[in-house]
Amino acid sequence: MHMAFFVADNIISPLGFTTADNFFALAKGLTGIDIINDTKIYPETFPAAMIQPRSLNNAFENIPTTTTFTHLEKMLLLSVSDAINKTTIDIKSPKTGIILSTTKGNIDLLAPDQQNKFEKERVQLWRLAQVIAGYFGNPNQPIVISNACISGVLAINVAAMLIHEGKFDHIIVIGGDIVSRFVVSGFMSFMSLSPKACKPFDKERDGLSLGEAASTIILSKDKTGKNNIRYLGGASANDANHISGPSRTGEGSFIAIKKAMEEANVTPHQIDHISAHGTATPYNDEMESIAIDRHQLNKAPVNSLKGSFGHTLGAAGLVETAILLEEMRNNMLLKTVGFSELGVSRKINVVNQTTNHELKTCLKMASGFGGSNAAMVIQKA
Amino acid sequence: MEELIQKLKVQIIEQLNLEDMEPDDIDETDPLFGNGLGLDSIDALELIVLLEKEYGIKIENPKDGQKIFYSIKSMAEFIESHQK
Amino acid sequence: MEQLIIKTYCHIKNNHVYINGQPAFDYPEANSMHDFLKKAFKHFKPGYAKFYKMDDISKLGFLASEVILKDKPNQNCAPEDVGIVISNSQSTLVTDTEFQASIEDDDHFFPSPSVFVYTLPNIMMGEISIRHGFRGENAFYIFENFNANFVADYINQLFLSQKLKACIGGWVDQSSESYEAFIYWADDQKDGIPAIEHSGNEIERLYNLIR
Repeated sequence: MHMAFFVADNIISPLGFTTADNFFALAKGLTGIDIINDTKIYPETFPAAMIQPRSLNNAFENIPTTTTFTHLEKMLLLSVSDAINKTTIDIKSPKTGIILSTTKGNIDLLAPDQQNKFEKERVQLWRLAQVIAGYFGNPNQPIVISNACISGVLAINVAAMLIHEGKFDHIIVIGGDIVSRFVVSGFMSFMSLSPKACKPFDKERDGLSLGEAASTIILSKDKTGKNNIRYLGGASANDANHISGPSRTGEGSFIAIKKAMEEANVTPHQIDHISAHGTATPYNDEMESIAIDRHQLNKAPVNSLKGSFGHTLGAAGLVETAILLEEMRNNMLLKTVGFSELGVSRKINVVNQTTNHELKTCLKMASGFGGSNAAMVIQKA
Repeated sequence: MEELIQKLKVQIIEQLNLEDMEPDDIDETDPLFGNGLGLDSIDALELIVLLEKEYGIKIENPKDGQKIFYSIKSMAEFIESHQK
Repeated sequence: MEQLIIKTYCHIKNNHVYINGQPAFDYPEANSMHDFLKKAFKHFKPGYAKFYKMDDISKLGFLASEVILKDKPNQNCAPEDVGIVISNSQSTLVTDTEFQASIEDDDHFFPSPSVFVYTLPNIMMGEISIRHGFRGENAFYIFENFNANFVADYINQLFLSQKLKACIGGWVDQSSESYEAFIYWADDQKDGIPAIEHSGNEIERLYNLIR
């Protein structure tokens, strides 16, 4: 069993720039997804959850700097600043590590009109991580995880392991991705974007919605103050089936959950709540329902936050974990925005109304391209 | 039609990176997916791009692809009926 | 104490393939990485049509893994006990640039799904997993330079926490100017092969054998 505690977190999304603001918006059933009409990103309109540059720049005025940063870097710097300010952790200490979770980083810098604004290396993911770590004066080489849509959950798994091993006392896990022409065009070519805001697990679901967000989760070896939620176990697994389609049997997801529960030493009936990946593509949600069913977790309330934030790729696992932590602190189950009628083959308990509910032990799931799957179990002491 | 079928064979081999395959190796009535040429879901999406890029025909619903992309012949027939 | 041992490793760079430090194939006259990889693949393992559909960096990682798995060191491992941990510095920037070129112009806008899917570095691990049925831990890391100590510690920790019993590890990188792959196989089975400890120092030493 791992000894790592969740001590602080943040979410930067169109719904707010703190975890509390985002949680409040979700409790009201709001969504950050809007119809975007920006031909620089895509020739036609499309739904996505995007952060207005103006509101980001306004918030960024509070960050002391004279340097120019990219849209994503501003999101990440704001996110880390807010989370670290809630703790007494010394970010300049060699015992404080930084892990960055991202799929495409500053990919918008590849566009012809952006190419000369920053140095060429800025599009490299290790360089992005250096820029963030360097801003805060962290002395360690940042660790970057780029493992498609499971990056965020995987990064928390890695952080907990490095703390358990004694390599670090604290790890600041940061995740971020933006809605770019690159990513929108790619998912459009896959025909996996819904023409409307996405509907996770719903009968009418017809694809995902993209979103942009940054999020920070700080893990520590010691419990501090009222922070009493700890990491119990986690794992990743590959479907070994197809590079873009999820397994029809939910094999990888099933294995990841199994290993995570084994390490956490919990049984399915102890799981009070599942925060699913729930992208709202027909295949992903069906696959997750099979993995959940195979573990007989059918009664555990399941939600997906993709209808609120969109799919934020490398940030998703962190954003959704930050909300899960807040659900646990408030003993509240948030509804799945966009969901109304169950549309998967297995009977699972999708939350369709925000309610009070005692939460102690929870499961987080993630899946992504490359047949990748991850899971983790967290518990309130 | 015969000319279009030959052209499609060359384009599909090229676009889908069907290594070591010659146009004559493909029978225009063979199924492209499953047991035929063994194409998969990403290839199907790539064929949709091919139709749009080379023939200016846009397929909005990927489900329509199943019939259209059954074989080279069905693709050629679809192109002929949608061009001009 | 039980520990992981490196059983076999492969380097691919400068139009050469080396197995366990020994030259195994070369094609110096190749006019591109693409050209070389196709030739090398046909030399080692012809007949897996999916190889030709991969982007070049996935081909590179896939070929290196095929070379080390040729003698089936994995035959006694359960699929969910085999992990893959690969790292590089460039992520998939060469493929990203290719995809970017297809979307720059509104009047010539044809994003290719089969290029887009390869703009994630972990896809190469998916390809290796599919080929061999590996269902264990996966992680793709990005570092400015190969970080042998981190990779060794991470994999050893996964081993100690019983999340894997065997692993493919290494570094597979491609830029517009060059490419290199260093991939090894490690497991815990004592089977007479000269043992190389799975440690940062040894991995660093093996990586530097071919410069």
